[in-house]
Formats: sequence, structure tokens, C-alpha cells
Amino acid sequence: MKRILPHPFLALLLLIVWLVLTRFTPGQFILGAAVALVASRAMSALEPTPITLRKVHRIPVLLGVLVVDIARSNFDVARLILNGGRHGKRRSGMIEIELETRNRTALALLAIIVTATPGTAWLGWNPRRGVLLLHVFDLVEEADWKDLIKNRYEKALREILE
Amino acid sequence: MTELPLWAAIAVAFFLILGAGLTLIGSIGLLRLRSFYDRLHAPTLGTSWGALATILASVIFFSISERRLVLHDLVIGFFIMCTTPVTLMLLGRAALYRDRSENTPVVTPSDTE
Repeated sequence: MKRILPHPFLALLLLIVWLVLTRFTPGQFILGAAVALVASRAMSALEPTPITLRKVHRIPVLLGVLVVDIARSNFDVARLILNGGRHGKRRSGMIEIELETRNRTALALLAIIVTATPGTAWLGWNPRRGVLLLHVFDLVEEADWKDLIKNRYEKALREILE
Repeated sequence: MTELPLWAAIAVAFFLILGAGLTLIGSIGLLRLRSFYDRLHAPTLGTSWGALATILASVIFFSISERRLVLHDLVIGFFIMCTTPVTLMLLGRAALYRDRSENTPVVTPSDTE
């Protein structure tokens, strides 16, 4: 199984993208499956460690939380831009968060989450100390942001991936 | 192509205006915000819900007018989500590198890389 399909999730994703971009017909399914098999095998040369998923049922929950969180921070940042940052009272700043995970996939997904959420920007992650440097647009309470990243996102990602 | 029913037209218009409005506000922010790090946040309005709302409007419009599920716009959204961090992190790190080399005190004191 491992030899034929070294990256099953990548292959599945490629097949879905192929079918979405063409049409859902048996012919396209066979063609897409062939492309997915070859392309996911080519990936082995680049990425030697395949992803393992632990608690798959947490993925839809995390996605739902994300859609709401991203929508809320969109409106927060939009309002701050329009009223000139609470008329000059807004304060932005850097915060440091000690992450527990060393999983590359979890870190990559966390980077996508942080960047997709307006109001937080990922500036760097120090691999020696495991500290994430984050720029926050509206820094009211530093502890709230640490709590959000660590207890909401990092915890969910670790449960799914580790 | 068939005529859109009223509810669909309202939904499409709502999402289009929402997406375009958020992207516009993001662009205004990019123009008006003072510091470089603040300006990093503004365009993410356009790449998150700005793009998502526009894509939803497109999915609804083409799915109804062509009478089949048209989902390929979602692939655009997926790739925007995955590729934005690359450019934003590159810009952020470039600014950080510049500030560190000029000893501008924006970095937290414990960060001595």
C-alpha cells in the first residue's frame, strides 16, 4: 500500500481538484486518478515524511471555528481602518508565543491560519526555542492572543496531526 | 443560461458587495496605515473573506444559471489561502531583518536571533 500510494492525502486532493476542474464523469475519474498517482509518487522525492492524521473528526470543527473567527476579525480590522484606529488609540505590537509543537505540517497550517486571519501576521518562528513571533494589529490584551493561538489553534492542530 | 430567481440574485449581490467592500477597505488601509507592519494586515482582508465572498457569489451565480454544481472557483480560494502566507512572511521577515540591522527598537527584547 505504502509503495503504491506514498502520499494518500495528496493523491486524494489532486483527484478532487481534477474532478472539480473538469466534470464528474467516469473517464475523467480514471484520468484524474492516474495523474494523482503519478504526481503523488513524484512528491516522495521532495517530502520524505508523509502526513498522519489522528483525530479526523476534529477537522470540520476546526474549519467551522476558523470561518467564524476569520469573518469576525475581518470586520474588526475593517472597522479599525475606517475609523482611523479608534481615532488614534489603536496600538499594534509584537508578541512572542512559545509553541509546543515541532510538527512541520502543524506549523505550516498554523502559519496559514495566522495569515488568513486579518489582525495577526506571522513574522517568524525560532526553531531552537520554539518561539513564534507575531505582529498583532490591535493589541489590547496580550494574554488573549496567546490564549487564542495556543489553546484554540495549536491544540486543535496537535490533536489532528500528532 | 437561465434567468436567476430573485433570492439567488439577492444572495449573489450581497456576497459580491461584501467581497468587493472588504477588498476596498483593505486597499484603503494599505494606503493609509503608517507603519510597515500595520500595512501587512490590510491586504489580508482581500485574501480572506474578500476573496471568499466573491468566490461564493460566483459559485451561486454559475451553479444556478448553468443548472449544475460549479465548484472550480473554490480551487482559486484554496490556492490563495495557501500561497498568501509565503509572500506575507517574506515581506514581514524582510522588514524585521531591516529593523534588526538598523537597531530600530520594534522587536521584543527577548528575541535575539
